[in-house]
Amino acid sequence: MSVAEDKAERVEGWNRPPVIEPEGEGELLEVAMGPHHPSTHGVFRMDVALDGERVVRLKPVFGYLHRNHEKIAEGASYLASMPYTDRLDYFCSLTNNWAYALAVEKLVGQAVPERAEYIRVILAELTRVQNHASSIGFLIQEMGASGTPLMYAFKEREKILDLFESLTGSRMMCNYMRFGGCRVDVSGPWLDATRKVVAGLPAFVDEFEALLSTNEILMARCQGMGILPPELAVNAGVSGPMLRAAGVNYDIRKVDRYGIYDRFQFRVPLGDHGDIYDRYMVRILEMRESIKILEQALPTIPTGPIMDAKAKIRGFRPKPGEAYGRIEAPKGELGFYLISDGGPNPYRYRVRPPSLINLTILEDMCLGHNVADVVLIFGSVDIVLGEVDR
Amino acid sequence: MKTVEEIKAAIEAAVPGAGVEFVPNPSPSAQHSLRLAPESAVAVAKFLRDDDELAFDFLSNLTGVDWPDKEIAEKVKVTRQVTKTVDGPEGKVDQTVDETVEETHKRVEPGYLEAVYHLYSVEKKHGPLVIRMRTANRTDQAQLPSLTPVWRAAEFQEREIFDLYGIVFTGHPDLRRILMWDEFKDHPMRKDYVEPDDFEYEPTPHDEVLNRAQEHKSEGLGTGD
Amino acid sequence: MLGDGILKGMAETARNFFGSYVSKERLTTVEYPEQRIPTAENARVFPFLVYDGTDWEAGMRCVACQICEKECPPKCIYIDKSTDKKPDYVGKPQFYPARFDIDISVCMSCQICVEVCPFEAIKMDTQFELATDDRFGGLLYDRKELSRSNEYYHAIHPTEAAEVDARLAEEKAKVEAKAKAAAEAAAAKAAAAATQPAAPAKADSSGLAATAPEAASLTDATKPAGGGS
Repeated sequence: MSVAEDKAERVEGWNRPPVIEPEGEGELLEVAMGPHHPSTHGVFRMDVALDGERVVRLKPVFGYLHRNHEKIAEGASYLASMPYTDRLDYFCSLTNNWAYALAVEKLVGQAVPERAEYIRVILAELTRVQNHASSIGFLIQEMGASGTPLMYAFKEREKILDLFESLTGSRMMCNYMRFGGCRVDVSGPWLDATRKVVAGLPAFVDEFEALLSTNEILMARCQGMGILPPELAVNAGVSGPMLRAAGVNYDIRKVDRYGIYDRFQFRVPLGDHGDIYDRYMVRILEMRESIKILEQALPTIPTGPIMDAKAKIRGFRPKPGEAYGRIEAPKGELGFYLISDGGPNPYRYRVRPPSLINLTILEDMCLGHNVADVVLIFGSVDIVLGEVDR
Repeated sequence: MKTVEEIKAAIEAAVPGAGVEFVPNPSPSAQHSLRLAPESAVAVAKFLRDDDELAFDFLSNLTGVDWPDKEIAEKVKVTRQVTKTVDGPEGKVDQTVDETVEETHKRVEPGYLEAVYHLYSVEKKHGPLVIRMRTANRTDQAQLPSLTPVWRAAEFQEREIFDLYGIVFTGHPDLRRILMWDEFKDHPMRKDYVEPDDFEYEPTPHDEVLNRAQEHKSEGLGTGD
Repeated sequence: MLGDGILKGMAETARNFFGSYVSKERLTTVEYPEQRIPTAENARVFPFLVYDGTDWEAGMRCVACQICEKECPPKCIYIDKSTDKKPDYVGKPQFYPARFDIDISVCMSCQICVEVCPFEAIKMDTQFELATDDRFGGLLYDRKELSRSNEYYHAIHPTEAAEVDARLAEEKAKVEAKAKAAAEAAAAKAAAAATQPAAPAKADSSGLAATAPEAASLTDATKPAGGGS
């Protein structure tokens, strides 16, 4: 058997979730978890069939928050879609901004000044730290540690959101990046405040780890749970910390080297087992790597303009063509696909939502586990419904 | 990574009669694409995934595009003989002259739905390769083969295209609506989609939403307040 | 030992619990509304219209160009352009918004209107206590309710307002210099024409008029009274 055939056969096996036969006698119990279940991060439903406590079938149901973001964007100018991208993954509005700006810059061949690139990296990494911290907080909350770790995460997130507010004017809906740069320049006091916050971040991660990493309850419930094999992860388009926790070395910051990520030294944390604990650990380590990037970017930020001289705010009409731009958002690969017909509005505007596609393998991970663990496995995927349903 | 033309040649060598067409992209992104014939798409997709050199194992993005029927107005120059009254030396004379007139011909170019796939390779760390497929028309033959058996990542995204564009993916294991509810009839992302006039009005103090709400009330159709 | 991790976590929690009695900066709760955290200078809530001088109607910078209405993502701005022109703050005749409504129940505070405005006429307020029991009319602000003086703008966004004023002053100086140069040239031409009656003296003034429409209207807005002649 050739290598290719062998690989094909292995992948073929992952095509459908395995079928699990009920052990006991009698009917299966059908449970609709959600859309108002406290663990579902919003409005999301899982139709679960239970054999006793064991999950034998799980169908995710989406669309409760669907507002057809893509259709709205086709009726609005390129610039007017920027504030709507904030509302996709509302935890990480700055990385959403960046992904959209990157796609449009690819579409028109727009250059970005160096200072703006540095600002983007700083903001994106701050976003990653606060997203990972709060996503771990939510995960532990779903495990039953109601509040304490989440409040620790939010304490740090609060400092980062204060920085966002003083720079962009809004804590969560930042609407900051523009095609060819950024909206307002960072000031000296802002950079000093950021340095102060970044200097405190390693201590926060240490504290968070002391609180959680060796906790026996967390280990007992997370290790060996919700295992995602690497072949399946790649084939199912899983991206971000989920993919890396499965042991696949794929970080778009390293692969595409978009922006100026090739100038910074950082490592890509990988998991060994692909279970929940690995996902938790990968997020912790990614926070540490993000802090490293911040520590490198903050002292070296150059002076200069923040908008390219050729960038246009009013009357922006790209030439006909199409472009797909993607970045490593905290939740995975966030991409924007744009088709221009030469008009002021995009002809086609598509968001590749990492949260939705990471849920493709939810059923595979949950089958055979107890219903209480479904909540945990689902929490470890780290989704935001604003992005899943769009 | 091989260029798109080289990949095209590789596909044609591996899958005889694949019917691959190069589609250039004039934008500065230069992400050119390959158009596959739906009949051979699954075979080509398997080749792209399993070939040792290409190894496009990661289907990143998959989306639909609607290209509605286009009415094309063409200007054609037509020469024909016309009788004209001309002032001649002996008074007015009827004369036959050739006259070139520009006529506008209208023809309708049939529309189609398109599915666009963005492939990357996790193994070789290259990409994107853009492949696309077109349906025969937008109404009764809006079928394309499902690539879910090749890339599991297509599962939800094909459901989304089915939901929002109405492309039926044959061979999809679980083709249901994903974002709209099951009883919903139309496909909202199509360019000719008309919003139904029965949504629950969120009353506002002005604009067309208010007008429509008032019309509804006067017709006794009101669903909102 | 089993339980080590849990004890470690408990120690961390205890450290935080007692730490909050020691460290003042950790006591972040304030008694709203008696106490308030100062808002960030860049904070944005809802837009307002800037006017110069003391009379909101006379000094309104907005010339009803309707760019913000077109660009507004949720389409919450409603403008009716006036049919007549009336003198603005500096005496130049301008269109003005006969109606300028913003429905703040729809507005999503994105600041796009501020960015696209070529006349520095619309800015973001920091006032957020806008709750009202009137769901419809109370949240639809007309142009009177939206207007705020330039002094107010300076009070809430001092850095940004200073930049805007500098920009406007620069524009104004440019226009004045241009007008002055044009006037001088015209005077020179006129003097030359007086000696050589055949020479046309029109070329310069037509060159002035042929600027881009946006730039032309911008200069209109900032041109001082009588400075254009």
